[in-house]
Amino acid sequence: MATPATESFTAANRFGLGARPNGLGRLAGDPRGSLMQQIAKPESFQCDAPGLPDRTQIAQALTSFLLAQRERMNSGPSTMSPAEQVAAVGLPLRALNQIAAEEVLARTRQGLQTESDFAERLVYFWSNHFTVAATKATTIPWAGIYEREAIRSKLTGSFGALLIAVAQHPGMLLYLDQAQSIGPNSVVGLRRKTGLNENLAREILELHTLGVRGGYSQTDVSELAKALTGWTVASQRTQRWLSAAQTGDFVFIDDWHEPGARTVLGRRYPEGGEAQAKAILLDLAHHPSTARRVAQQLACHFVADEPPLRAIEQLETAFLGTQGDLPAVHKALLDLPEAWRGDAQKFKSPAEFMTSSLRMLGQSSIEAGALRNSLTLLGQVPFRAPSPAGWPDRASHWAAPDAIMKRLEWSQLLAERLGNRERPEAMLAGSLGPAASAQTLRAVRSAESQAQGLVLALMSPEFQRR
Amino acid sequence: MNNVLNHLKLSRRQIMFHSGAIGLASFCHVSLAAAPDDRKFVLVILRGAMDGLAVVAPYGDPAYRAARGRLAFDPPGSGDAALLPMLDGFGLNPRLPFLHELWRKRELAFMHACATPYRDRSHFDGQDVLESGANRVFAANDGWLNRALSARPHQVAERGGIAIAATVPLVLRGAAPSSSWAPSSAPSAAQDTLARLMDLYAGDDLLAPALARAIHNQQTVAESPMAMAAGERANNGVQVRMAEAAARLLVAPQGPAAAVLSFDGWDTHANQGTMQGAMALRLSALDNSLRALQAGLGAHWAKAVVVVATEFGRTVAENGTGGTDHGTGSLALVMGGAVRGARMLGDWPTLARSALYEGRDLAPVNDLRGLLLAVLSEHWGIETERLRREVFPGMEKKLSLPTVLV
Repeated sequence: MATPATESFTAANRFGLGARPNGLGRLAGDPRGSLMQQIAKPESFQCDAPGLPDRTQIAQALTSFLLAQRERMNSGPSTMSPAEQVAAVGLPLRALNQIAAEEVLARTRQGLQTESDFAERLVYFWSNHFTVAATKATTIPWAGIYEREAIRSKLTGSFGALLIAVAQHPGMLLYLDQAQSIGPNSVVGLRRKTGLNENLAREILELHTLGVRGGYSQTDVSELAKALTGWTVASQRTQRWLSAAQTGDFVFIDDWHEPGARTVLGRRYPEGGEAQAKAILLDLAHHPSTARRVAQQLACHFVADEPPLRAIEQLETAFLGTQGDLPAVHKALLDLPEAWRGDAQKFKSPAEFMTSSLRMLGQSSIEAGALRNSLTLLGQVPFRAPSPAGWPDRASHWAAPDAIMKRLEWSQLLAERLGNRERPEAMLAGSLGPAASAQTLRAVRSAESQAQGLVLALMSPEFQRR
Repeated sequence: MNNVLNHLKLSRRQIMFHSGAIGLASFCHVSLAAAPDDRKFVLVILRGAMDGLAVVAPYGDPAYRAARGRLAFDPPGSGDAALLPMLDGFGLNPRLPFLHELWRKRELAFMHACATPYRDRSHFDGQDVLESGANRVFAANDGWLNRALSARPHQVAERGGIAIAATVPLVLRGAAPSSSWAPSSAPSAAQDTLARLMDLYAGDDLLAPALARAIHNQQTVAESPMAMAAGERANNGVQVRMAEAAARLLVAPQGPAAAVLSFDGWDTHANQGTMQGAMALRLSALDNSLRALQAGLGAHWAKAVVVVATEFGRTVAENGTGGTDHGTGSLALVMGGAVRGARMLGDWPTLARSALYEGRDLAPVNDLRGLLLAVLSEHWGIETERLRREVFPGMEKKLSLPTVLV
């Protein structure tokens, strides 16, 4: 039976981003209740970051970059010196990277300061489920705003509404090449040698909804890809069809849309312009394979790498019974007895380790350069997941020899700067409460310096897990 | 100072004790492991489904130019996108000058139109099958290279394999010791802290072996004289540095028998290009890193085998955005001083429309596992029956194996 102290630890670590000083005491009254409160409140999911660029500014920055790039390609090799060429494209590229860096900083600060850290963890989970990575030039400025607009503002609604918001966001449309996909038999497709791109359709089926063994075929991928044609981002290129659209907004262009009815998973969807793909997405959102996949991923993220089947089924039932109502699914997660077991099962990801370390030390912000170096060293820069499948969620991926050494090196850097402020065993007790083992407390106490004690606390088996 | 050294010795002993597969018994026999086995094996995984037709182009195939459209190269010696000469009808991508040198020295062979048994088009599942060596997805929790290492004599197996990455990929996970190393800019951890941490991790099955191997790798790299020279080449690309590190770790005394390098970015859905574009950039980096690997292996190159493989191929035709989509048959490269090169292994199914797999992909007429099996059998002297049973279970019995090595 979990004691109240263990419940506070679990609430702060397994469901949260790690306790800040005195955080466990604050939770002690009603740990579950304080998590439950965050679920239905839209404001728990918001990121307060005044000054971050809006869609228009992002679209403008991207346009400047693309124009500079095109100019450089068209100007031929002789007109500019290599240094001039680098400068011509380098400055607009730097502007894109600047936007991305501001987004990462704002998100990290939110993670360090928030007291709604279960909500924040849910944002990270869903953002990873629907990954948009800033790993290509066009998505560098979009990945951050994508999370703020398409993920954060949708987590008190249904999975279907979230899926549509995701699939219509410029970040996703550009990341998975949907923005340039054109129906071969559309008005424009018949005239030009441009065509279909299946990337988004495939990943919606494989990663966002049914899962790779969820029961779809190559034909379903192609049919969904055709239904999605016309879904794009307003740009200079789209102006001749939709002159009024604001650059950087989602638009539907009928002349790009593949005409005709589509059949996906055996169901026929009559021609319906933008609504055709929407109808398919809503059916995919309610599909049993989707419920199963979401349940599996949530249980794997919050309970254990190999979660008990019963936990998966309980989440699945909540998803199916409410047509994918996210607050109901999130509540079901908090109702899992398995999730409240006192022993931490999950190995922290690098970003979770960094955030919980800084929270333990009571840091509410971090300097931009230090943040960049930290994330790069630890090997997990937000918005830069290696593939559309997002970051892996298992210890076998994160607990490799070199990764452990990097965590140790980072802990030393942190301890060199902040290690002499407070006694490390007190900090560890404040963060882990009863979960700090006697062995770890002894090692921390007998360290040859406070800095070394802090390194051992951060690297202890208990602190590395949640 | 003495105190620190004592800690260090202690930690080294614990490395041996905690790292599972090595065990106490093998620790006692370390000094007996005298017979050096320097037949190194390097696997380079190109993640994202590399377009084999863009690497070794079948320009002599009657359907080639029409099928590839703007992605087609010109025959050797003609046109703006002239291939480097290989065999009649096949040419090498002009961004691969080092590989062409190897070809001319008869140290490079290729197998076209090959694939694992995986026939769907998901990267993540395709890589799972490529690395597990099984004939379906999620059939094994360990990788074929690890199982092959386990099949070698004890003294070799215990040296294990190394991944040049922050994490160990599936192909190298399993019973034989595996390890990982990636370049870092941070100061190395104080030895005393490492020793204390090893004590703290005693009994932690996840963290103790991981830290033990990390300590071992760090010492190997730092003690190498090449580590100093490496500093002068600071402006080399990350991939080149990874290849150099692989070579350095492999040639160290008691160094691992195998290394795995993973290079990302081969999912060329758009702007794939010929002389310029996404593919040209990736291939240049690949060529440079293989050059660095050969240089770093030094005398070991003569007995080494390097295999370059990917999870599946791409569509033969260009898609609507100047790229190619997920396909089936792709290309594998085999190189090294031990390779009988300047040859094409396996069959060529042609690009005729009727020959394509599902009407769109290069037909997977050659089994990639057959190639890997042949290499492991010839290179490491593991019986083919044992390889079929333990390393690549579920392979067709009647499959004929190519002869790959000298």
